[in-house]
Amino acid sequence: MHLDVNILHEPEEYLRYVRRKGLFLIGAGLVLVLLFLVALAIGSSFIPLPEVIAAFLSPSGEHVSTIVLNIRLPRVLSAVIAGAGLAAAGVVMQSVLRNPLSSPYTLGVSHAAAFGAAFAITVLGAGSISHLVSDSMVVRNPCLVTICAFFGAMLATAGLLLVAKYRSSRPEVMILVGVALAALFTAGTTFLQYFSSADQIAAIVFWTFGDVGRSTWSDLLLMVVIVLPSLGYFFFTRWDYNAIDAGDETAHTLGVNVERVRTLAMLLSSLITAVVVSFLGIIGFIGLVSPHMMRRVVGCDQRYLLPASCIAGGILLLGADMVARLIIAPAVLPVGVLTAFLGAPLFLYLLIGRNVV
Amino acid sequence: MILTVAGLSFRYNGQRILEEVEFRVNRHEILAILGPNGVGKTTLLRCINTLLRPQAGRILLDDQDLLSIGRDEVARLLAYVPQRGETGPILAFDAILLGRRPHIGWDVRREDIQKVQAIIDQLHIGHLALRPINSMSGGELQKVLIARALVQEPGLLLLDEPTSSLDLKNQVEILAFLRMIVRAHSLTAILTMHDINQAIRFADRFLFLKEGMVYAAGTREIITPELIREVYGLPVTIAEVNGMPVVVPGLDQLHPPETSLPAE
Repeated sequence: MHLDVNILHEPEEYLRYVRRKGLFLIGAGLVLVLLFLVALAIGSSFIPLPEVIAAFLSPSGEHVSTIVLNIRLPRVLSAVIAGAGLAAAGVVMQSVLRNPLSSPYTLGVSHAAAFGAAFAITVLGAGSISHLVSDSMVVRNPCLVTICAFFGAMLATAGLLLVAKYRSSRPEVMILVGVALAALFTAGTTFLQYFSSADQIAAIVFWTFGDVGRSTWSDLLLMVVIVLPSLGYFFFTRWDYNAIDAGDETAHTLGVNVERVRTLAMLLSSLITAVVVSFLGIIGFIGLVSPHMMRRVVGCDQRYLLPASCIAGGILLLGADMVARLIIAPAVLPVGVLTAFLGAPLFLYLLIGRNVV
Repeated sequence: MILTVAGLSFRYNGQRILEEVEFRVNRHEILAILGPNGVGKTTLLRCINTLLRPQAGRILLDDQDLLSIGRDEVARLLAYVPQRGETGPILAFDAILLGRRPHIGWDVRREDIQKVQAIIDQLHIGHLALRPINSMSGGELQKVLIARALVQEPGLLLLDEPTSSLDLKNQVEILAFLRMIVRAHSLTAILTMHDINQAIRFADRFLFLKEGMVYAAGTREIITPELIREVYGLPVTIAEVNGMPVVVPGLDQLHPPETSLPAE
């Protein structure tokens, strides 16, 4: 078939609509950057924004510069990367499983990763609570913990994919499988705790409170190395998710290898979850809420939904962490506690409210 | 494009679904696949769109065997309109733009957007372009899905029950619309249908399936009361209205003879 493109008019209104989405993404990106700088400024000692920026431009090794670059920057970067990664995992899982309730947390993948991490800490002796730095947990072997967390997450993902392929991928079935997996791996973690020393129990319990303040520069590097390429892959295959959203059969006739896209998307989502959980602990709700918030604002088109969700995830986790640092200052609350406190009401409000753009 | 299907057999879990199916459709023609429920109409369509892999047979589009080329290439040769697409709050324009997927590299180009606009203009569905497809009626949605298939620029168009969820006016509208584009763009179209009378009005060729095999294939002349009775197991008469044959179910079937009651 041949289409004549000597058309009478350009789709003006549609192009305006596309520009509006683009502007929204840019705006949201600017909000994230602003929040990023503010997050560097506030804390136990307030550092004015100009000094924050100055610390970036010319790292002097002075007191202010040390606080900004060595203490706050890893924490703030972790929040942004973990938030964006979890949100992307949520968006992609929701698409390929065709299930709006999917996220690393609701499908039990986070719990499985936490079990893997707990296994590494107790049985393989990869970490213990350090009493030298207050409120901080030292992992002696972060690679081992990540690998075990990843195997845990993979187990859960394999279970989900097998049920989806051979039984049913109906939303209620997937969620029930998720509930079962979460219960199973939580029981497994409890089992490990029962046979652990007091120190190890403290380590595991502390672990399950998600906290972005744990990560060191080397943790952060591993997160970046895993999360950013995954996000890149997701964005590169955004049209495949759009096609799958239109139905498996339609996707197939549009040239999409549905099975492969689905498996790869689930594997990468689990990998992101595993790396975030093993360094920061369980952070619920970001992966579920960010895509839904953004779906109500930019719609279901993955071209906009994917980047918008990543930005929203970064903003949410960063914002939650800022509140967590301030609410009972000078003590710091683990952010995992707060994401649900902030996310749930926001989510309810958005469900009740109307579409914005 | 000319579609030739030869010796196509498909089994599922050892059960025979299609057996030695053979037929041919020419350019500019619409083929209607007819037959009772569960006879394998949709399976045949899914074999042609390569979603299902038949155990034997060939599916040739001109000289190209669809079963031996990659799915990207298949996607540039044929387009498929599902019976009911998944609908979300996606704008019709974006839903149609998805049809460019087999031609899109990193991102949509201006040309892709222009092609979508061109097809929207040609099909006179400009008023739908910026509406979300989940708020559309069955007929409107069907037009958007056909537009998506057309913007894929295929040579062969496959439609699964394109009229099953539509009212009478929309049925006629969609089928007339389809016939118009098949003629205008020298396409080949294959559709599965339940309504024999609509098929007679709009299709050029007919393929009757019975028990997974081709019972009869050809133009309108092959449709006789005997054929319909054999395929559907229902006695019919064929009347003529405005020069068109119309299949009417046998009256004795609708009103079974009253059994005489024993006298009191």
